Amino acid sequence: MTASTSLEQSSSVNPWPASRLWIQIRLWISYALLFGLAFAFFYPFLLAVTTSFKPLPEIASDPVSLLPKTWTLEGYELMRGMNVGRWVFNSAFVAVLVTVGNLLFASMAGYALSRIDFPGREALFLGILGTMMIPGIVLLIPRFIVLKQLSLIDTYGGLILPGLVTAFGVFLTKQFFQSIPVELEEAARIDGANRFQMFFLVSLPVARSVLIALTIFSFQGSWNEFMTPLIVISTNKDLYTLPLGLAFLRGGIGMNLQWNAILAGSIVTTLPMALIYIFFQRYFVEGISYAGLKG
Amino acid sequence: MATGIKQLDREEAIAGWIFVTPALIVFGVFLVVPILFAFWYSLTDWNGISPPSQAQFVGLENYRSLLVEKGIRQADFFKALKNTTYFALGVVPLQTAIALVLATVVNQRYLCFKGFFRTAYYFPSITSSIAISLIFLFLYQKSGLINRTLEWITFGRWEPVTWMNDARGLIHILLEQFGVTLRGGPAFLHQNVLGLRVWDWISGPSVTLTAIMLMNTWTTIGTMMVIFLAALQDIPSFVYEAAQIDGANGWQTFTKITLPLLRPTLFFVVTLGLIGTYQVFDQIYVMTAGGPAKTTLTMAYIVYRNGFRNSEMGLGLATAILLFVIIFVLTLLQRRLTEVQD
Repeated sequence: MTASTSLEQSSSVNPWPASRLWIQIRLWISYALLFGLAFAFFYPFLLAVTTSFKPLPEIASDPVSLLPKTWTLEGYELMRGMNVGRWVFNSAFVAVLVTVGNLLFASMAGYALSRIDFPGREALFLGILGTMMIPGIVLLIPRFIVLKQLSLIDTYGGLILPGLVTAFGVFLTKQFFQSIPVELEEAARIDGANRFQMFFLVSLPVARSVLIALTIFSFQGSWNEFMTPLIVISTNKDLYTLPLGLAFLRGGIGMNLQWNAILAGSIVTTLPMALIYIFFQRYFVEGISYAGLKG
Repeated sequence: MATGIKQLDREEAIAGWIFVTPALIVFGVFLVVPILFAFWYSLTDWNGISPPSQAQFVGLENYRSLLVEKGIRQADFFKALKNTTYFALGVVPLQTAIALVLATVVNQRYLCFKGFFRTAYYFPSITSSIAISLIFLFLYQKSGLINRTLEWITFGRWEPVTWMNDARGLIHILLEQFGVTLRGGPAFLHQNVLGLRVWDWISGPSVTLTAIMLMNTWTTIGTMMVIFLAALQDIPSFVYEAAQIDGANGWQTFTKITLPLLRPTLFFVVTLGLIGTYQVFDQIYVMTAGGPAKTTLTMAYIVYRNGFRNSEMGLGLATAILLFVIIFVLTLLQRRLTEVQD
């Protein structure tokens, strides 16, 4: 696992004889590049965090230095004055319901499409797969029409219902259920279980890892979603989600920005996802490999 | 694939349909019906405010004013098409290449701090696009981190750029260095093609658009890297061992083994990239609203602007459907290109 092992590896396949020193230098350069890149990916967030604790005049005179000369909660207080607590609640509420909906309905559909033999199944699956090809932006206006007709503009329903099942969720769970052995369910069937019992008591518990992946993706998708709230919420500012509230805070182009408040809001929006990511990291990778490639 | 082990019985069929019903309702109401509406209302003059039933049928008028009729709608449509195409041409190859390299590196067996690198590179991908746009708006200020870093790297020779308000095209700037300008250029550069001068068509992305492109690349590299990583881990190790026995070096192994085996993934990643970049919206909405001088106007943004800001839903829908067609054709084209090489 050490640098010297790696060096032997690369030297054994090297066609030209390289000196050990040169290999060592190359190794150090590679690591320096990797760390430099990691730094470039992380530093903007770090600077945003510390700047959110600076007073406005200090940000104006020096927007670059990492540590504040004076620490202040001004930015966070400004955000609180903007009703940010309500935005957090709305975002969380919507994301939780969307996630629960996906866990239940997407996995039911994914299960049926992979495990139950019913007429029209293939066509249905192709249809659902087809909807994944529709670019979201194409749906922007027509969804607005549907929501308007159903009186869902400026309601939680409008924020939640369109995301309650995603084609991605169906596809992900279908791929998974296809991969588990049928024998597991057959035993339950012989014991007299019906389809619903087989699904909820046998297959679903086995699907734990894919359900965690689905939870993360659904929550993330809903938490970060911007276009849906943008068209659903027109006048009722109490229903703003965090991204919509943030965009509202930014105001018009060319306006003077209260950077500490805006960055504080960005941090509040980023933090929950960051925590989820740090704790459930491996499920992100697992989810992507299920969805994308184990077809 | 098939699970048809049992003969089709009634109970199974009923259970199957019950299981898919909730999904079908949601897809029906929020996907299928909207798509039908999209086609129909793109043929009307609906303004989004009056009841949809009062919309007048205008035939292909909306499409005509976007594509054929000279005027601001046509000019804006083609400006957006030009900008979005530059955006995709810049972002997709860049993010795909960097993601592929990173995935290959991070996948190496003897690399230390593997977990740390993966975490760091993927981190921007999980963050809200709005939060990232705001953070970068801060970094892209004239006295902000980006300009300061560039000053530092070039030992003070870097002229600070007003990143968010610079409409000069990159190719223009480059040509200017060689003394080529519109004034001294041949007459055809002034010619108006589809609402834009030839000179403007070839001007390249503006400085502001480039700034957003770089941010976007920075954000999506992680996702693409993880997709490549998942595919790399599916390549059995004996393939590499065989290559090593045959005396292949690192580069040969990469080009002769890894790359061919990754072709389906490459196709997937490029497709994902194309679909994503042709719909870039959130970043534009928050950072520039299409400015300066309309050089960050994108297709997705004019769909929104025509529909909601200018209250021309019919026109917005026609724009959206044209965008749909463009994305569809590009995806097919790309599939063609990857197949030909086989």
